[in-house]
Amino acid sequence: MSGASITTGAAAAPAYHKAGSIRRERRWAMIGAYIALAVFVVFFLLPPFHMLVTSLKSSAEIADLSGNPWIVRSPTLEHYWALLNHGSYPIHFRNSVLVTLSVVAITMAISIPAAFALSRMRFWGSTMLATGVFLTYLVPETLLFIPLFQIIGGLGLYNNLWAMVLLYPTLTVPFCTWIMIGYFGSIPKELDEAALIDGANHFQMLWKIFIPVALPGILAATIFAFTVSWAQFLYPMAFLVSSEQMVLTTGIVSDLIRGDTFQWGMIMAGALMAALPPLLVYAFLMDYYIAGLTAGATKG
Amino acid sequence: MAQVSLRRIVKKYEGDVQAVKGIDLEITDQEFVVLVGPSGCGKSTTLRMIAGLEEITDGEIAIGGTVVNDIPPRDRDIAMVFQNYALYPHMTVFENMAFGLTLRKFSKDEIRRRVDNAARILDISPLLDRKPKALSGGQRQRVAMGRAIVRDPKVFLFDEPLSNLDAKLRVQMRTEIKKVHQTVRTTTVYVTHDQVEAMTLADRVVVMNHGVIEQVGPPQELYHNPTTRFVAGFIGSPAMNFIPARLENASGALRLALPEGIVLPVPAGRTQRYAAYAGREVLFGIRPEHLTEEKPTDKANIATFQMRPEVIEPMGMETLVHFWLQGVEVSARLDPAVPAEVGQPLTLAADMNRMHLIDPQTDRVL
Repeated sequence: MSGASITTGAAAAPAYHKAGSIRRERRWAMIGAYIALAVFVVFFLLPPFHMLVTSLKSSAEIADLSGNPWIVRSPTLEHYWALLNHGSYPIHFRNSVLVTLSVVAITMAISIPAAFALSRMRFWGSTMLATGVFLTYLVPETLLFIPLFQIIGGLGLYNNLWAMVLLYPTLTVPFCTWIMIGYFGSIPKELDEAALIDGANHFQMLWKIFIPVALPGILAATIFAFTVSWAQFLYPMAFLVSSEQMVLTTGIVSDLIRGDTFQWGMIMAGALMAALPPLLVYAFLMDYYIAGLTAGATKG
Repeated sequence: MAQVSLRRIVKKYEGDVQAVKGIDLEITDQEFVVLVGPSGCGKSTTLRMIAGLEEITDGEIAIGGTVVNDIPPRDRDIAMVFQNYALYPHMTVFENMAFGLTLRKFSKDEIRRRVDNAARILDISPLLDRKPKALSGGQRQRVAMGRAIVRDPKVFLFDEPLSNLDAKLRVQMRTEIKKVHQTVRTTTVYVTHDQVEAMTLADRVVVMNHGVIEQVGPPQELYHNPTTRFVAGFIGSPAMNFIPARLENASGALRLALPEGIVLPVPAGRTQRYAAYAGREVLFGIRPEHLTEEKPTDKANIATFQMRPEVIEPMGMETLVHFWLQGVEVSARLDPAVPAEVGQPLTLAADMNRMHLIDPQTDRVL
């Protein structure tokens, strides 16, 4: 409703005019927000939609450039079927799950105690260490993989899946530690102290009081570690060469592109299925994720 | 039996900041001792050292005769109530209260019995299944106290437990804490910056300032016989008036010459005590409640003088009158029936038996 329509008596007009202008401003802000969001949604959701459409077409239909590329004329699940039953897609999927779960576990095992120590215990150089942890995260992995190649080679882990379990934490641990330092700092110190006085040792305090209370922050870090490990491309590209050692990101590219032959249907189907686990993790943990990222932004 | 002994306790922080400068204190079994003082006076640090949450730089703390300097908090057999309650948010009230007992491997029946008993004392039995976020501030405070009571520790430590409550609830919980102590009789150390809390709760009050103990004594003792200017000014509300004066000897009798020509006679009984200070500048300390309207029943040693009120605050049960003597604010407490008006002359009566003289050089009460 516009402000003008509720303006009644002349005496009351200025007050109503003011109220109306606030309402009008709000309405324009809403319209602006919806337009911006619509553009955003179209921009980001069209590619996955195109992937879905392509994955449901037969190879012949994909190659046929005469029709509207956004419409599936005769939908088929043949690419999905082929991926899951022939070839090494299931192996890559299993490898990705193995690597990701291991990396998340290792990251949490290192980051939680590290973040706890850096946010809670006052010791010489703790502030500097906390900054240092973050700075390591800023070193780009493209710079690191050459020296890492020597290390991995020296350890005899070249073309070995478990090298990834060793490498990914160099990316996840610093960032996870850093966001958890922030979250842990927002938890009142008195909680740990109360637990210590109640009779807990440091381990019990951490396990029974601190971690349950810090769960939103820990889950936010977990989601991050999961996403980074699942989507990591450079390290598996550099260190894994045989198909049975590969993870999804490189496996799809190397197995489904032969020379200049792109098996588009299978590539799209494979990529869509590969995107499913992070999607599920986000969907279930989104609320925690946001709580974790915004903690400490406001008091209370 | 749990007495708490502090012997020459020192706490230094990085950069040689001394928070506590060598204090001695003996707290007897079942005693309720309140540490009171302005922020930064070292009272909380002292409490946290007793709890084992802060390391002691120097000195010795003993609980129940055992030196606990190197004993972690969990083995000191103490319980602490924090200012922000520090309830475990993911546990129910019952689990919060039972946590310490579970860690100490008490039987389920014993835990249930103790929690029920504490809940009854604190009137929180219907809340046992709730999570802390579903409780009001006062209820949370009770749970925090319950968590301490179930442990049946040697010593209770309270760190400004009422500061987060509104004024009305604070008074209510104050009474509650006193009642609980009268029931369980556990040795208690209580920290607050509120002198009213200190006065109402304590068997003995420890007034601290700048990391040292200014004075220790029962509340009435501190009120009537403060030994330093700080204690005299800190205990009592509104605070004691300190008026610069000159102690004069007028043919054997002492009198105080105040600014603006006011002269007040010193009671004969105190002549000997102050004789040595005759001719010196002193601070004349008198509480507002001992500076009142002139009454027909006034007895000996009441000195009267005239002044003009500059601010009048009617409080209902009393009226506070403020005036300035050479830049020094002076407050008086009057019967609300007295017709005081701003700028109009008013005769005040000072009860000279209740006065204090303070040496401005040493800040000690003479």
